This record gives sequence, structure tokens and C-alpha cells, in this order.
Amino acid sequence: MHKKMAFSFPDEVLEHVFSFIQSDKDRNGVSMVCKSWYEIERWCRRKVFVGNCYAVSPRMVIRRFPEFRSIELKGKPHFADFNLVPDGWGGYVSPWIEEMAGAYPWLEEIRLKRMVVTDESLELIAKSFKNFKVLVLSSCEGFSTDGLAAIAASCKNLKELDLRDCEVDDLSAHWLSHFPETYTSLVSLNISCLGSDEVSFSALERLVGRCTNLKTLRLNRAVPLDKIANILRHAPQLVEFGTGTYTADVRPDVYSDLAGVFSSCKELKSLSGFWDVVPDYLPAIYPVCSKLTSLNLSYATIQSPDLIKLVSHCPNLQRLLVLDYIEDSGLEVLASSCKDLQELRVFPSDPFGAEPNVSLTEQGLVAVSLGCPKLQSVLYFCRRMSNEALVTIARNRPNFTRFRLCIIEPKTADYLTLEPLDVGFGAIVQYCKDLKRLSLSGLLTDRVFEYIGTYAKKLEMLSVAFAGDSDLGLHHVLSGCESLRKLEIRDCPFGDKALLANAAKLETMRSLWMSSCAVSFAACKLLGQKMPRLNVEVIDERGPPDSRPENCPVDKLYIYRSIAGPRFDMPPFVWTMDEDSGLRL
Amino acid sequence: MVLKEEPKSPESDVTSMSFEETKLTLGLPGEGRSSAGAVKCSAKRGFVETVVDLKVGSSGNCMPGGHDDTTTVIDSGEGKPPPAKEQVVGWPPVRSSRKKAINEKFRYVKVAMDGAPFLRKVNLQCYSSYNQLLKDFDNLFDCSNKEESKLMDVVKRMEYVPTYEDKDNDWMLVGDVPW
Repeated sequence: MHKKMAFSFPDEVLEHVFSFIQSDKDRNGVSMVCKSWYEIERWCRRKVFVGNCYAVSPRMVIRRFPEFRSIELKGKPHFADFNLVPDGWGGYVSPWIEEMAGAYPWLEEIRLKRMVVTDESLELIAKSFKNFKVLVLSSCEGFSTDGLAAIAASCKNLKELDLRDCEVDDLSAHWLSHFPETYTSLVSLNISCLGSDEVSFSALERLVGRCTNLKTLRLNRAVPLDKIANILRHAPQLVEFGTGTYTADVRPDVYSDLAGVFSSCKELKSLSGFWDVVPDYLPAIYPVCSKLTSLNLSYATIQSPDLIKLVSHCPNLQRLLVLDYIEDSGLEVLASSCKDLQELRVFPSDPFGAEPNVSLTEQGLVAVSLGCPKLQSVLYFCRRMSNEALVTIARNRPNFTRFRLCIIEPKTADYLTLEPLDVGFGAIVQYCKDLKRLSLSGLLTDRVFEYIGTYAKKLEMLSVAFAGDSDLGLHHVLSGCESLRKLEIRDCPFGDKALLANAAKLETMRSLWMSSCAVSFAACKLLGQKMPRLNVEVIDERGPPDSRPENCPVDKLYIYRSIAGPRFDMPPFVWTMDEDSGLRL
Repeated sequence: MVLKEEPKSPESDVTSMSFEETKLTLGLPGEGRSSAGAVKCSAKRGFVETVVDLKVGSSGNCMPGGHDDTTTVIDSGEGKPPPAKEQVVGWPPVRSSRKKAINEKFRYVKVAMDGAPFLRKVNLQCYSSYNQLLKDFDNLFDCSNKEESKLMDVVKRMEYVPTYEDKDNDWMLVGDVPW
């Protein structure tokens, strides 16, 4: 007997209520309340987020959500950013674009991260989606300016084109000219990744001039300083601006022109770019500094005194990216000037140098943690650390949600006591109860993982390198971290035991990456056999894993949950362990 | 001696580190690594540069260590060839785009002149010709003897394998190699 669900509200009302629920987590929750809600929700979900493009197939997504307008897909594992994932691994977007081209003529937004995008796909997007509005490609590769030209030419309603951190083949600088003269709807353009020959300045100026709604413009390094003034003159309404190369012979007329034009940008809140910056031209931005909330100086190779001067002018800064040239002294000034600071990233100016080239130590981080009450997200590269400093930092700043510390030399001990940094990181996870993301470094034993398993209950992503003593370390994490979604490990002595003992845990996570560890091929096969809803992929450029003894460790291992089954687009150096893995190989 | 900088696989690790100067013990590729062994391998990759530094120095492959010549010497280390750090793949975790952008800026070399009380550091990126560089040396060292300042060795920046390095203590005429 089919019992009708008696609701006081008709479907349309529920739909209207659901329209206020935007987050995917909440939407997923809503859809699990009952069958009726599942049905209503799936018809009105407008934004779909797929954290791992191989976890589900395009057809499955389309079947479940017939009316979405926006999709976000992520491809390669995070460690691909550091060249740990060989070329050709996968993450191709074409199957998705092809399926959606047929099913979704009304698709408006595509956001991709770490995926391989071809010109054909870009051309298909341009042709298929008449109301296409937003294209964000983050850390993607595989396409050229030809694909961009197709987008420019056909997407009459395009509002956002963002190519952050992409690798683009430059074939022609004239792709920008493919935006028709009648096209005026651009709101956001980020071409900071493009190479030297990929932008034509006159086309850029004309485009900026006629798009009066432009709010975000991030130029690439090839745009010289003397062109910036002209561009900004056409766009005083900009909220976010990224310069090109910020260097030129010092000329008073160029300087005053630039300073004048910056003064007229009353809405500017975010600045970036500053490649090759020459300190003499920095004061040109002082007129906008008091309103700045975000400043990216991570390509600005200027020294501490100039950085200090600049930062002292920006009391409302919420986000700062900077090189370690800022030094401890600069961070102390930051701590006293920028009380609204929420996010700080300090990058190494000389990551491969044998010795420190700047005076940036743990003291800078301590200062900022003490002085900036709203600080919640940190990425910090330095060369020495102590447990004492970490404990102080944890006590000062229990509101950290993201804490990523990279002590440049692997296995560096506490410089004061020569002990491992277990206690320091233990304090971080103990005091920072809302910690969602953590990256470890330095000398660490299994003990740090015991702390993490015990305290880091909200931790969602953990990155580990050159740490631990035994499987116990991995076991602590897999058995203790209830919220864990992504775990990436390299060069740690973790083997079969912890992995097999916690196999079920892996189905509750998005993915696990292990490279240069001690997981044997036999264990991988076993895992693949036992866990049909996990894709267990062995990446090994040395050749087929079964050409070596079974107890040999595999080079790299990527495990992720999937309802789409094993993938079929793998390159020759990737093997999938599934139920028949014994037979298939 | 050229040091390989980015081992992409265990094999290349071993080859690049198999010169006699280093005394590392690494398992051969293909052998089942014990978990301890795996740690050793990876740890060594991080620490090799110290070993390389010491060994290379002692094997006599140095740059002219003593500044016993009267001419200006450009040296990017403490009289030793810059210890090209044996780089572990993907460590430290810095994106390649960032590495590229920063590397292009980073061309600091130490300049020592015999008789001068301090050494100076110059950023080669700031110059676009040898003439500019020479002019700046004048300013830095109050160098009245222009003749001698014409003879110098140009050593490439610190973190790269030194390809212009003059191991034979030869004075290479400036200008043969384009700036």
C-alpha cells in the first residue's frame, strides 16, 4: 500500500524554503529526511559540488539533479601542486562537458580545480550554453588561448573569467579581441597566470573601458607599470586589482600619474600582482591602503623596511600574502597594526637555499598569534621552530581553523631542546578545537599522531611528510579523527597494518594519498578486494607492481570512495585494484 | 661536477647520489624496502646537501678559496662552490609557478674585493649589462683601479648548478658570454 506523506505544506512552499539553503552539506542533509524531500530537493538544487570527479559519473549527476545551473568539479589530488602526481594521471573534464552539453543548455557556471581542460571542451562550452556566465579554472592545464578565444567570442553573457594558477599554452595574444565590441557584461577577469605574449594591451584597455560593471581585474606579469594608469582610469570602480610587473625607471610623471589614478579608485579593497616591484613606486598605492582588506605581496621581492612601511598603512587588512622578506620585525609591526587580520601566508624567498637568507623565525608567528585576535588561517614557511613557541601560539590563538606550518628542512627538531615537535603540534590540536586543516613538519614521532587522534575532532584535512615511526601513527589518525575527509602522506614509515585495520574508515573520507611510504602491493590488492566502494589506485612509474614481489612497497597510492566504480582513463603507470584485481593484472 | 637536482624516482635518487664522495646507504631499487629503510631513503634525500657540501669541499673542487689575488672575485659562497641542495621532489611544498617567479628575481651573489673590510651582495637581476655591473662595483668598493675590475669570474646564482663556475681558477674574460 502506498502511503501518501501528509504534509501541511505543498511542494512549492518546501521548494521555496529549500531555496534559502545554499550549502551542499545542508542540502545533502535535507535530501535525506525522507523520500519526498529527496525528490523536491533534487529538482530544485541549482549548484552541484563534486569534490572528486571520479567519485561519481556525469550521467549519475545529471540523472539526480535535472536542473542545476552551476557545477564545481575537482580533479587531481592536492599533492599534484608539488609535482608528486605524474603527468597524464587523469582529471579530464571532457566527459563532463560532453554529457552536460547535451543535457543542460541552460548551464551558467563551471568551476574546475586541478583538472585537464582542452580547447575542444572550451569550444564546446562556448557553443552549448547560451546563458553561460561564469568560468573559473583553478590550477588547470591542457588548454590554450584558442580555447579562450572561443569563450570570448560566443559567451555574450559572460560575467566571470578566472584562470588562477593555470598553465595556458600561449598561441596568440589576440584572444582578448574576440570579445565583441558589443560585449559589456564582464564583472571579473583574472588572467594573472598568462605568459608574456598572451595579452594585447589595446584590446585589454578597450574591453575594460566598455565593461562598466567590472569589479575584479587581475593582470598578468607582462602588463608594464606605465599601462596600469590607463587601465585604471577606465575602471575606477574596481574592487579588486592585480598589477602586472611593478617596475620601471623612476620617473616623477609616471609616478604622479599612477598615484593620481589610484586615488580615484575609491572602491579598491584588494591588491595583488607586484611582480619585480621597485620600492619607489609603492607609495603610489598609499591612497588606497587604508581601505585594503586583502594584499598579495607574495611575488614582491622587496625587503623588510619597505614591507613594514606598506603594511603600516593598511590597518584594515584581513588577508596578507607575503614573502619571508618581511622577517620577524615586519611581522611584529603587522601584529600591532593590523588587528583585523584573519589570514596570513608567508612564503619562502629561497626555498632551496642551504642557509637562511632572512631573519624570519618562529618569533614572527608568535608575534602575529599574540597580536591579531581574529587570525584563523596561517600558512608559514620557516627554518626553525620550538615546542615552546607552538604551545604559546596555540594558547594565544585557539581560534585557528587552518594551521599549515612548513619547516623547510625535513625532520628538523625543536631548536632549543632538540626534541621532536610532538608536544608543540599537540598543543595546536588541543587548544584549537575548531581546527579544520593542519599541515605538519619538523621532527615528529608517533606521539604527535596520538595527540591528533585524541584532540583533532573537527579536523577535515591533514598533510603529513617525513613523520612518524610506525603504523601506530597512521592508526591513531584513522581511528581518532572523526571528521577527517582528506589525508595526504608522503615519506612516512606507514605500512599495511594501519591501513587494513581501518579500511572502513576510508569509505567515510573523500581520499587518501600515500607516497614513498611502506604499503605493500599485497595490501593494496587486499584493500581493493575487500572494499568495492573504494577505488584503490597504485601509481608506479617503475613498471607493473606485479613484476616485483608482493610485499614490495608501492611508490604511490591513491584511494578514494566512489559510486562510479573504477575509472577507465588511467595512464599506463596507474593500476586499479578492484574485486578481480587478482585476475585482471 | 654536476649534481642532479630533482630525483624523480628512487633510481635516479641512487644514481645522482652514487658518486664516491657520499657515504649514504640506500637500498637498491626493486628491493623490498623495510619501513625503516623507506624512512632512511627519504630522510637521506633531505639531508644529502649537508653531506655533499662537506665532501665536495674537501675533494678539492672548490672555487679559489683564498682571496690571495688582487683582483675582484665574485663568489657565491664562502669560498666553496654553492652547495646545490639535493632537492627532494615536491619539497618544500611550493608551487612551480611560485618557484619560477621567485627564482627569476633571486640572483644575489657575494662580491669580495681583497683589501675591502666587508663583502657586498649584489642582485644580478638589477643589471642589464656588464657595464652596469662594473659601474656598480666602482660605487660599492670605491674601486679606482678599473683595469683589474675588468677581469672577473661570473658565477651564477646560488641555488642553481654553477655552469659558469671556473673550477680551474681561470680568469674568463667578461663579455664572451652574453649577459
